[in-house]
Amino acid sequence: MGSLLFAAAEATHAGDGGWWADTAGIMLISPFVAFLLILAFGKRLRYNGAEFAIGALAINTVWAVVLFVLNMTEGVLREPVRFVVGDIGSGLTFELGWAVDGLSIMMYLLVNLVGLLVFTYAVGYMEGDRRVPWFFAAFSLFAGSMLLLVGAPNLVQLIIGWEGVGLASYLLIGFYWEDHENVNAGNKAFMVNKLADVGLLLGAVFLGVAIGSFDFAELNLAAVEGNAALSAVAIAGGALLFFGAMGKSAQFPFHIWLPDAMAGPTPVSALMHAATMVTAGIYLMARTFPLYQQMAADLRPWMVAIGTITLFAMGLLALVVDDIKKVLAYSTVSQLGYMMTAVAAGGYTAGLFHLFTHAFFKALLFLGAGSVIHAVHSNNMSDMGGLRKYMPRTYATFVIGALALAGIFPLSGFWSKDEILATLGHEGYTAVMWIAIAGAFVTAFYMTRAVALTFHGTYKGHGHPHESPPVMTVPLIALAVPSVVAGLLNIPGVSWPGIGNFTEWLAVRVVPMGDHHAEAIDFFLAGVGLLAAVAGIVLGWLIFAPDRDTQQARDRLEIPVLYPLFRRKYYMDDVALGISRFTMGPFARFVNWTNTYIIDGVVNGVGGLVYHLARFIYGGVDQRGIDGIVNGLSAAADAAGSGLRKLQTGRVQQYAASFVMGAIVLVIVFVLVR
Amino acid sequence: MIASQFLVLAAALFALGVYGLLVRRNAVLVLLSVELMLAAVNINLVVFEAMWRTSEAIGQVFSIFVLTVAAAEVGIGLAIILMIFRNRQSANVDELDLMRW
Amino acid sequence: MGEWLSQPVNWVYLVVGVLTLVSAFRVVTSQNVVHAALFLVAALGGVAVNFILLSAEFVALVVVLVYIGAVIVLFLFGIMITRAPTGLDVALDNDKKLPAALISLVVFAVLSYATVTTFGNAELVEIGTATDTASLARAFIGRFVVPFEVVGFILLAALVGGIAIARRDLTPLEEESRRSV
Repeated sequence: MGSLLFAAAEATHAGDGGWWADTAGIMLISPFVAFLLILAFGKRLRYNGAEFAIGALAINTVWAVVLFVLNMTEGVLREPVRFVVGDIGSGLTFELGWAVDGLSIMMYLLVNLVGLLVFTYAVGYMEGDRRVPWFFAAFSLFAGSMLLLVGAPNLVQLIIGWEGVGLASYLLIGFYWEDHENVNAGNKAFMVNKLADVGLLLGAVFLGVAIGSFDFAELNLAAVEGNAALSAVAIAGGALLFFGAMGKSAQFPFHIWLPDAMAGPTPVSALMHAATMVTAGIYLMARTFPLYQQMAADLRPWMVAIGTITLFAMGLLALVVDDIKKVLAYSTVSQLGYMMTAVAAGGYTAGLFHLFTHAFFKALLFLGAGSVIHAVHSNNMSDMGGLRKYMPRTYATFVIGALALAGIFPLSGFWSKDEILATLGHEGYTAVMWIAIAGAFVTAFYMTRAVALTFHGTYKGHGHPHESPPVMTVPLIALAVPSVVAGLLNIPGVSWPGIGNFTEWLAVRVVPMGDHHAEAIDFFLAGVGLLAAVAGIVLGWLIFAPDRDTQQARDRLEIPVLYPLFRRKYYMDDVALGISRFTMGPFARFVNWTNTYIIDGVVNGVGGLVYHLARFIYGGVDQRGIDGIVNGLSAAADAAGSGLRKLQTGRVQQYAASFVMGAIVLVIVFVLVR
Repeated sequence: MIASQFLVLAAALFALGVYGLLVRRNAVLVLLSVELMLAAVNINLVVFEAMWRTSEAIGQVFSIFVLTVAAAEVGIGLAIILMIFRNRQSANVDELDLMRW
Repeated sequence: MGEWLSQPVNWVYLVVGVLTLVSAFRVVTSQNVVHAALFLVAALGGVAVNFILLSAEFVALVVVLVYIGAVIVLFLFGIMITRAPTGLDVALDNDKKLPAALISLVVFAVLSYATVTTFGNAELVEIGTATDTASLARAFIGRFVVPFEVVGFILLAALVGGIAIARRDLTPLEEESRRSV
């Protein structure tokens, strides 16, 4: 395996991380330890076990930050630590371990840092709620599974973490299981994910068996070197892996689970949408990036298409929903579409950089929304409004998050979105690039709507809203900082003295990836993107800010065809449920006519044919031939049964007599005759 | 003394036990018959021990085991008979035909 | 045969054997339940004497102590508790005597034929010298210590099981009256 390190051509300067990399496995274990400790002792503690959850993530954050800094300054590249746990057979082994390279270190930092802040926030948010110890236990499980996933050096461990994340999300989405709706949401998320997981599992088996190893390094090396066995299954295996990633990362048409997943407590939504769970699919695509660049390159246009549909269509839905968390949920789906599009188009760094910045400002937005919900006890923006005065800190941080998400210069979202646009343009996906720019407009539009309806105008809810306690606002402020500055880490063409930039950090890896990233700022593209975002904000402001009544504001959006389409979420849920809502209107009548006269005619014709054939088979073959045999057999069995059952007299002594006689016969046969 | 004389005695005891097992209606008497059969088995074990004279007297050891298990069997058997009698006011095995077709 | 009869120990065997068989026969034919149990005492006593003839004194003692002393008492209790008819009762046997007799005759024929032809006139060695009880004890706590413990456990389980099975659940009324006492 030492030869793999030779392939690290792109990593110009790389240390091995020393002690911190050798012990990085602690990060993968500590949340599980916390999980068990919370289950055992959580109830007796002052903060219901949050001590353990936060403690575990605090320890992890130390490791993650140290590794990240080491990676910034000298680069960290180490052979993944592997422990062979078992033998699968056919030369395959089951290994656990942890990877330490640019990609994993970035994910360690995200999951642990965002996780730590969200956990801290949750202490305030969950105060006095039901089953708090269980909440923190499941939350630890969630974070631990995600760390297991992003630290996985091979597909098998990744699948373990993947399923763990799915399980924990199921538990957390259905956390308030007293309401049946929440249970349904949990079930929906679980089943949609499971459907996609089948793809992941099959893909892993395809690829693993082809190259004789589940190891990512081996897989990527085989893809780069043109392994013949791998190229035979690369398309199928790659498509199956992508299928799995679509489920976890909520790509169209698997996105349907994610908005419903808002049923869980808000900190769960924040972590799930920012650093954990939904990023897993993007992470998988990045981990196996060479496969899609080399052997499964034919899949890329399809992946880009799915990402594009997701990024644009789902963004529109965020325009019409009233639930503030669902606005953010659709926003997340849309942003995941950006990431998937970027990674599929060849923008390894672009997709991951957007993942990185998005994690901060989306966590910030969700926690801000949670703070608002905590204050007004409602998810609906029609119950909010004017909260700017009551919750100044939440307002300020929320606006920062919204501006970052909209892509306003110089906040982080601007840089990462620009990077994606540049990659798309560079790779020749011009139409997709313009759709992405339109998507940026939509993003700015719906975020302005959310801000205006929530914080501006007059308060329409009940009770007296109040600013949240410091335990909740401090994480907001802590997240606002990277939301602002994270983009500066990867300004195209700029390499900060001593630390370089994000692109270089990610480039530290075992196998060269063949990344396409911009070398200089494309001022035209950046200008257009910024213009789209500003236009969205202005338009949103004009529509939603002056009129302070949510209902009327919404009415302005009721464009005849589109509005119902958006409200019904493109009918995806209905399609998924098998209930077609398209049985209305002329199209439906046309379909009905076609159905009645053409399809029915064909069906009836075929049916008649089959009917006559069946009659012949029934009368001639079945009734006389097969039935005769079957009836004869059953009659024989019946007669034998009624005869034999008379032996079952229920008299013990008859049984004993039979037993003794049988024993005697055996003695005669085996001892005397022999 | 030769082995056969005891072996025939044991066979006769065993056959008598079988007869009792088959004809007795009262469950307690059935158990008595079973005891006869077990005694016959014990005789065989001791006879074989007397034939071969193992250093650890294995035949006798096993006859003791059989005796012990037989004692346990009698205890449990009588307890079961007791309960059946309490529930059905009868300890006759030929009336216990719940398991028939 | 004559030589066989010249050994006095064989006379003892004949007398005891006949007594044992007669008692055993009475056990399975007696029409009095209590008599049947008492004949079992006689039969087992005969068996114990046979053990002594076979120089298995310890086993003989165990038979006398455990069976004649304890198990038979248990049987008598069982007979009394189940209120089995203690007097003459024609219905003590079922009506399958003839087939049962045939079966047991076949059993006897096969078993004796098999054992006699296999072991025939094998001489029993060192008869008259009692088996050393110490060697039995060593076998129990040496080579056979695990079966020994297992058998002990089976006895314990039988004890507990016997109590659990035979114990009568009190009716609520009875329970009430017991509590008030």
